Amino acid sequence: MFMLPAFMPAASASEAAASAATAAEAPAPAAAAETAPAAPEIAIPVPKLTEADYPQIKGVNARVTVWLVAQLHLWFGAFVVAVPMFVFIIESIGMMTRDERYDNMAYEFIKVSITAYSLTAILGGLLSFGLILFYPDLFKYLSAVFKESMFAYALLFFAESAVLYIYYYGWHWLQGGNKKWVHLTLGLLLNAVGIQLMFLANAWTTFMMSPAGLDPAGVFHGDTWAAIHNFLWNPINIHRVVANVAYGGSIVGAYAAFKFLSAKNQAERAHYDWVGYNANFIAISALLPLPFAGYYLTAEMYAYSQQMGITLMGGVFAWIFIIQAVLIGALFLSANYYLWCGMGRSEGAHRYNGRIKYIAIVLVAAFLVWFTPHTLVLTNSELKSLGGPYHQILGVFGIMPAKNTAVNFLLTFTFMSFMFYRRANKVATVSWAAAGNAAQIALFAVGLINIVVLGVYYGYFTNTVYKVAASIPQVLTTLTIIIVSTVLDTLMYKGAKDVAPLHWGRMSTRSQYALFLLAVSFTWLMGLMGYVRSGIRQHWHISNIFRDASPDAYTPGLGYAASVVSVGTIIFMAMVIFVFWLSTISGKHVVAKGYWKEQA
Amino acid sequence: MINFLKVSIFSLLMVGGFWGFSNFGIPQIKPAPPPVEEKLDLGAMTMDQFIALGGKIFNGKGTCTLCHNKMGRAPMLDAIGKNAPERLKDARYKGTAKTVEEYIFESMKNPSAYVVAGFGKSGTNDTESPMPDVTGGGIGLNEAELAATIAYLQDSGGAEVTVTIPAMPAPGAEAPKAEEAAPLKTAEEVIAKYTCGACHKVADQTGEIGPNLTKIGATKSKDYIRQAILEPDAVIAKGFTGGMMPPTLGEQLKAKELEMLVNYLAGLK
Repeated sequence: MFMLPAFMPAASASEAAASAATAAEAPAPAAAAETAPAAPEIAIPVPKLTEADYPQIKGVNARVTVWLVAQLHLWFGAFVVAVPMFVFIIESIGMMTRDERYDNMAYEFIKVSITAYSLTAILGGLLSFGLILFYPDLFKYLSAVFKESMFAYALLFFAESAVLYIYYYGWHWLQGGNKKWVHLTLGLLLNAVGIQLMFLANAWTTFMMSPAGLDPAGVFHGDTWAAIHNFLWNPINIHRVVANVAYGGSIVGAYAAFKFLSAKNQAERAHYDWVGYNANFIAISALLPLPFAGYYLTAEMYAYSQQMGITLMGGVFAWIFIIQAVLIGALFLSANYYLWCGMGRSEGAHRYNGRIKYIAIVLVAAFLVWFTPHTLVLTNSELKSLGGPYHQILGVFGIMPAKNTAVNFLLTFTFMSFMFYRRANKVATVSWAAAGNAAQIALFAVGLINIVVLGVYYGYFTNTVYKVAASIPQVLTTLTIIIVSTVLDTLMYKGAKDVAPLHWGRMSTRSQYALFLLAVSFTWLMGLMGYVRSGIRQHWHISNIFRDASPDAYTPGLGYAASVVSVGTIIFMAMVIFVFWLSTISGKHVVAKGYWKEQA
Repeated sequence: MINFLKVSIFSLLMVGGFWGFSNFGIPQIKPAPPPVEEKLDLGAMTMDQFIALGGKIFNGKGTCTLCHNKMGRAPMLDAIGKNAPERLKDARYKGTAKTVEEYIFESMKNPSAYVVAGFGKSGTNDTESPMPDVTGGGIGLNEAELAATIAYLQDSGGAEVTVTIPAMPAPGAEAPKAEEAAPLKTAEEVIAKYTCGACHKVADQTGEIGPNLTKIGATKSKDYIRQAILEPDAVIAKGFTGGMMPPTLGEQLKAKELEMLVNYLAGLK
């Protein structure tokens, strides 16, 4: 018999316990000794469960309950980890420029995140409660593996709360001179603790995808660092940091839009227009590198397990990337639309208006290429009339080289939109302005040609190895355009003249709905990708190690997942609007005449 | 308040749009249920049945076709009989196999013993294979399943079948659970277990590769249906090609399950 002893399942939890005891007494096998020689007395085997090991509550679907709570926790968690990052940057800008508007905006953002922080903690508690209630053996196993880190998590959570409250409540106390530096340092500390908290939680999640620190028999011997530092930990960490900033920007953008729409006077409208512009800038800045972080994460999934990669991209989840294309298309189009509307703040921007339609055409074309599926699901007669599973003309857009090219165009042209917006109301005064413009046009032209050549030649006329490898120079080309162009532009527009006054607040109502579209699309997209990330484990709690024996062990279909994500998004948006409302009433002070006793 | 309502309605419409597209704009694929440990009655098997079992494992539990397909993710195995002896002589070969059977076995247990040029893990210069050990992890083939897969690969790859059917029942089948050994209780369970819905539209399944069975009883007799299950290529339905349906259902279905399925399908009018 070739089945390794570890994969001979214990019949019950008690058998698993007995096996643990035996494993503890037995000398460790050679391979195990290499991974965990320091603590041979610890041996935590994977339990083999049956349906009876999953408590059921009549009328409550355990999976959907835990799924929704976990997703809500993640949405709020992402927001409260992200906000201090850009609050720190905005506060720094305020200190450098001595422009108090930045300081006020940073304070307003952190004020919104304070209520969200409480909700994150409540939802985290509910998630733990849900796991203990519905998945007790899984929770017990994960707690045994991550014992120390869970303790550290609790301590960090207290530290995060303490620093956040001092940072927020001390905002107006720690103003000016050295006090402001102390406050900024607190902001840095807040970010350091918050990111560590997220990294720890990421370790638990990624351990379930790419378990590490286990011997060949699947027994954990106590090396918690190995379990934390599993294969997908850093790729997820990077992806989540970038995505959180983009997401946080989109949520505060929705906040600004809500306040703009509710503004009572021109001054308020101008203020929240400016806040919305900055929020959209934050979201776009993080949105540009986000596809690369996602691509890196997917490549690492393939590197960890080809099976996992294929399940993700070529199996039942393949169609999800068509939905993702729609959502990302919505994100980019709404972000660009907002920028184009923003050009209406100044008469100086009119000279760029004619070019916007070309950017819009490229963005829509890139979106449509990304949206084109590779293999079509067809009936027999459709298959015959088409002559195969691929469309003869559009089929070429279905493969990754076409999509990579489209994404790089989407990013480059979004950046171009931003550059137009940035230049709209200014005229460069440096002597080399004409040469600088020519250099930038050449940079964009050469870069875009390079992206097309790489995509078409290496994508269609060479073998598979180059198809994948060509995506790296494409990404580097896009990044080069963005970085070099930004540097050139910054130097060129130093001391530039304003063409006409900038009218903050002169924005259409529709533009504010673009900010809402950005927030809703982002929230829904995060929920959908959360379903995929979790779903690629299929019928395993912990990939290939700890089998899910619950009645819900099957992978739900896309339509079902979309329903759960939609319900979650609606609950989340309702809670977020509640948070916005709280931040509004916290600034109101009603004088209740005749209610209080007159003081002598 | 008006703004609050407008924003809420706008957000709900957006969520509804995404939900609608996901439910009605793309094909709804029902993921396969988790695999169940099957009882293997090796004592009663002929070599042809054993090879057919290997084919089923190759295309199913073994997940081999995820990569060993025409998309170029892993080498094709349809000429393994010719390729294996050449690879054993290759200077890059690091294993201990001497025969085709041993080579296939070794490739499944220790795929890095020989990596076909161009199919190694990125950055390893074809010294490390991305393929997992099929006896471990989520695949977990046992001795009998390994032997059956080798027999199938030898048969389909142009090599002489040298594998012998293991004398003892597969370890996973030594103490089958009562519910796994017992016949299934309903035709729907039979359809689900044998994944008929992957190709046919039947019960709540929406397969489109094979004929639509939702009204099969209106035009076909029980005898026709029974024959179509036991000998799928005896009569090919108009507009479809032969060789698509597994010919081994007769060996896999219990008599009670077969009759239950025939009666169920004949009742679909």
